[in-house]
Amino acid sequence: MTTSVLDPTDEQTPEHRERAKRISTLEGATIGLLDISKPRGDVFLDTVQSLLEQKGATVVRYIKPTFTKPAPVDLRHEISTTCDAVIEALAD
Amino acid sequence: MGNNRPKLANGFVAFVKKDCPTCELIVPVLEHLTESQVLRTIFTQDDPSFPNLPITSDDTSLEVSFLHEIETVPTLLKIQDGVEVDRTVGWSQETWKAFLGIDNLGPGNIRPYSPGCGSLSVDPDLQGILQKKYGSGVASREVVFASAEDEFEAMYDRGWSDGLPLIPPTIERVKAMLAGSERRPDEVIAVVPPNLVDLTVEKVAINAVMAGCKPEYLPVVITALETACTDQFNMHGLLATTMPVGPVIFINGPIRKSIGMNSGMNLLGQGNRANSTIGRAVQLTIRNVGGGRPGEVDRATHGSPAKYGLCFAEDEEGSPWPSYAQDLGFSANQNTVTLFPGEGPRMIVDQLSRSPDELARSLAKGIIGNIHPKLVMGFDAILIIGPEHASRFAEAGWTKDQVNEEIINHSIRETDELIRGADGISEGLPEVFAGSTLPKLRPGGGLIILHGGGAAGLFSATIGGWITGDKGSIYQTREITL
Repeated sequence: MTTSVLDPTDEQTPEHRERAKRISTLEGATIGLLDISKPRGDVFLDTVQSLLEQKGATVVRYIKPTFTKPAPVDLRHEISTTCDAVIEALAD
Repeated sequence: MGNNRPKLANGFVAFVKKDCPTCELIVPVLEHLTESQVLRTIFTQDDPSFPNLPITSDDTSLEVSFLHEIETVPTLLKIQDGVEVDRTVGWSQETWKAFLGIDNLGPGNIRPYSPGCGSLSVDPDLQGILQKKYGSGVASREVVFASAEDEFEAMYDRGWSDGLPLIPPTIERVKAMLAGSERRPDEVIAVVPPNLVDLTVEKVAINAVMAGCKPEYLPVVITALETACTDQFNMHGLLATTMPVGPVIFINGPIRKSIGMNSGMNLLGQGNRANSTIGRAVQLTIRNVGGGRPGEVDRATHGSPAKYGLCFAEDEEGSPWPSYAQDLGFSANQNTVTLFPGEGPRMIVDQLSRSPDELARSLAKGIIGNIHPKLVMGFDAILIIGPEHASRFAEAGWTKDQVNEEIINHSIRETDELIRGADGISEGLPEVFAGSTLPKLRPGGGLIILHGGGAAGLFSATIGGWITGDKGSIYQTREITL
């Protein structure tokens, strides 16, 4: 018996996007560090910041209002227009 | 579909579109077949003046093409007594001669074969509109299982299931489901995470069929999803968290009885269709429409049976107090759904307390263990007080507010016992909280008290919450829209 049913999904095909171009050097690069607001994320990022600065990068720190929600659009836009690369830090 | 097909005149009819090189190629043939009165009609899909012939008929609405299931242009149909008896697709000089039963197709210098193009009536971008206008009345894509496929296995294979069997969402079942709500099938009721997809009533209905819902449950499912997909409730966070939480749903108002929900014996357990399927429909919708699947965006470390869908009704009739919805200002005639970000239920046994005060102390002790005994204030809780426990309070004349306040008072802890390192346990509050007291649950909303359960058993049940407030999830109540 042939059964016909209705598709329960969103019927969308994910759009394929190329990854952003990797940076070749940290020297002179602006690196964003995004703290997702989990405990001790700042401790981890402080260390990452000093390591990046030793290699000549400029570091800009960002923080999400809460780790339970996606980063606000404005924050994502700011990071993407200010930084050459971003490191998003988990913690716990 | 067959009965709705527009009747066609007997003879041969063709379907073409201008944006098809093959159709352009065979215009001289079509001219010859028109002049020689072999063809009765040429339906054109994209340009009413193509080909410019007296028998060309405008089908830019695609109604005729769609209802005759034209998949390729050009297609020739042979019509007898108003119905199709044969067809040929694409252009092949020899096939057309045989099909039309003639030797002369006019100009002889045309390429003898060309496969043709896709019919506009099967353009995937137009399917939703055409299906709704001329077809089944639903916009969703039809998925046809092969004759050798087991439909239940096929649905598992496509990843639609939460692990339990699904009811096949046939068009007939989905239409019957849609009749359970007065809302239009194409109404977008929410943007569902994590993929932030517009959620239509129709997609909810499809998932509700699969979950096993009856049509009269659909308004509850819809309102629950509207509530789940708000920034305040934060379904995205509930889904993505490593904690074992989901939308715990409870219902107030007359609809509990009219759809046969269980608020009594075993209300959190198996055996009642509405309780078992409403929450499941919500979770299946988030899975299938939103794309929220375990191991993907759903990162739960352990998960919980509650994540299949935990839904129940408050026992209003047997309660000594006004219902939860009435506490919020809704009337007894209004139906509401409340979503609470919670884990699975856990019982609190107290078979010996007889006074309300000692029972309040006892229930507070039971709740203190939620999440972790040393973590306080950040997580709300539901307490479903069983009838035998409730009667202890009612006989002493305690109001529900009083019970709530006393339980929170009795949950107050010395913070020296809660800070990190206290009791030989690193988990706990930061050192700055030392030397004070804090309740387990935040006063003024940290504890939801409901009445429910079987008549026998000196027990209550608690459901621990997830991170409360703007940083996590704020529980919500809405009136159910029928």
